[in-house]
Amino acid sequence: MVFFSYLISGIGLGSVYAIIALGYTMVYGIAKMLNFAHGDVIMVGAYVAFFMLSRFGLPVIPSVLITILATTLLGVTIERLAYKPLRNASKLSVLITAIGVSYFLQNGAQLLWTSSPKIFTSIVGNGSLSLFGGSLTVDYATLLTILVCIIVMVALTLFINHTSTGRAMRACSEDQGAAQLMGIDVNKTISITFAIGSGLAALASVLLCSKYPSISPTLGSMPGIKAFTAAVFGGIGSIPGAFIGGLILGIIENLSKAYISTQLSDAIVFAVLIIILLIKPTGLLGKPMSEKV
Amino acid sequence: MENVVNAFKKIFDKKHRGRTVSYLIVFAAYILCEVMMLTGNMTSQIRNLLIPCCSYIVASLALNLCVGFSGELSLGHAGFLGVGAFSGAVISGLLVDTIPSGVVRLILAMLVAAALNALLGFLIGIPVLKLQGDYLAIVTLAFCQIIKSLINNIYLGYDNNGIQFSFVENKLALGEGAHTLISGPMGVTGSQRISNFTVGIVLIIIALVIIYNMMYSRNGRAIMAARDNRIAALSVGINVTDTKMLAFVISAALTGAAGALYGLSFSSLSPAKFDFNLSILILVYVVLGGLGNVTGTIIATVILYVLPEMLRSLQDYRMLIYAVILIAIMLITNNQKFIVLSNQFSEKMRNLFKKKGAENHE
Repeated sequence: MVFFSYLISGIGLGSVYAIIALGYTMVYGIAKMLNFAHGDVIMVGAYVAFFMLSRFGLPVIPSVLITILATTLLGVTIERLAYKPLRNASKLSVLITAIGVSYFLQNGAQLLWTSSPKIFTSIVGNGSLSLFGGSLTVDYATLLTILVCIIVMVALTLFINHTSTGRAMRACSEDQGAAQLMGIDVNKTISITFAIGSGLAALASVLLCSKYPSISPTLGSMPGIKAFTAAVFGGIGSIPGAFIGGLILGIIENLSKAYISTQLSDAIVFAVLIIILLIKPTGLLGKPMSEKV
Repeated sequence: MENVVNAFKKIFDKKHRGRTVSYLIVFAAYILCEVMMLTGNMTSQIRNLLIPCCSYIVASLALNLCVGFSGELSLGHAGFLGVGAFSGAVISGLLVDTIPSGVVRLILAMLVAAALNALLGFLIGIPVLKLQGDYLAIVTLAFCQIIKSLINNIYLGYDNNGIQFSFVENKLALGEGAHTLISGPMGVTGSQRISNFTVGIVLIIIALVIIYNMMYSRNGRAIMAARDNRIAALSVGINVTDTKMLAFVISAALTGAAGALYGLSFSSLSPAKFDFNLSILILVYVVLGGLGNVTGTIIATVILYVLPEMLRSLQDYRMLIYAVILIAIMLITNNQKFIVLSNQFSEKMRNLFKKKGAENHE
């Protein structure tokens, strides 16, 4: 039973990673860029949610909606100002710009909200559900996270596969030039992708902070790197891959914390990533790269 | 006489001009700093920056070898720096009674750090270099995180009976003559600051000699060919994996030596410093200096390392300004209009010099 409780909290953590990883993987799939500022968008989302809930005392649903709106706007603004002018630039220039944006958000947050951590109040309270006569307890935050993750995955899969915008996104990720020739507005599609990714970041921030309530300007960097690892794990660019990668990563992290060593859990997670990439060089669900002459 | 003239010409001809300029800049900077130190014109703030700056220059030169010349984006060089810094500190700590001379110990520490990193680079290189592009970047990042967590869990010390080592939990039971070398997340504390500026400059020169000699050799051309077109390089009989491995190992070794120099310039050192952000910091120096551009790397490292320190008077705003500058540089240098203008400008300058050169010949 103890094992199952670790497993379930691992799935909860993995669900957050999966939602964040979606932001990375969608942007990578379409714009072919590693958006290192994504973790910091989550941090901004956490602060917005904190102010809405604790300072202004708004109810949960409007607060979450405002947070989603705020991060979506932030994501689209970043894309418009910093990444759009670099559409045809080298990959490294875009990478450095993303890093610049990440520094900017972190230090801006530090100026606005100081570096002393603030305490987030969980949106579902601190209660937990007892199963099997109390031998297995699952806290509400974990349950909510898993539920939200499943809803997001289903909604996103339907959106990508059954709407014209989703079709445009798939077309852009396969061949931007051909997509443009077919009358797809590539720039708009990329902006929409950023908007969705950043909106998901808001959900991730609220869920993450309901479980780990301390928020600070560097909050986003470690979950960011982990989620990014999860995206690569599952095959970057693949949406189901991000889901599976996030879950596996969360489970491995939690189980190794419980059974092997807390200090070495990061090392174990990254070692598993390396092993996976050696066996499948493009991740679990990634498409094999073909080399053209 | 003719030989001398030819040698002189060779120094300043088109192919070798960059190399000469690099050496001249390093020498000039060294002399300038020494003169300023002797005449007492250097504030202690800048003096404290000199040695870390030297190690950053070597590290970014090494990373440029990997990213610029070999074309493999590595996000893991902080790991190599960390291994260098900690192995250097351990060597220096172990030999503190046997070798009293700081400089000798520093050089030994740098050599050991370089050798250890070369080995580590080779071992990491075997799996890493099988991957390409972004996947390679992620795996180097993963190795960096693993190295950081491992160093975070090492406890090492010695007493009169010998060396003691424990992992994850501190089980050191040191007796008489106890010295703790590494204590887990606390890292190294109370080590002697034996790094000096002259050794730092010498290390830069060594790095330059290695990189330039390699780039003008068969191996260097093979490395660049493999970067530019892997398949074409394979088809003319270049062993792409081996050449990339060569660049990666040399890069790791140089970074290790830089790490030892860096580590021994502080009295305490925590493993948390050698994280992903440090890798990114060096990568920013390399990209802004210009991929494959050695002189540019040196200049960019100095400017970008000193800039945040100079902005200290702006206090909290400095990193914000740094971030804005970073984004602005990227946007401007990739702006189509700017590229056209700068090309026109360099064309004009070239014509100007050509005319002058022609007149001189007459």
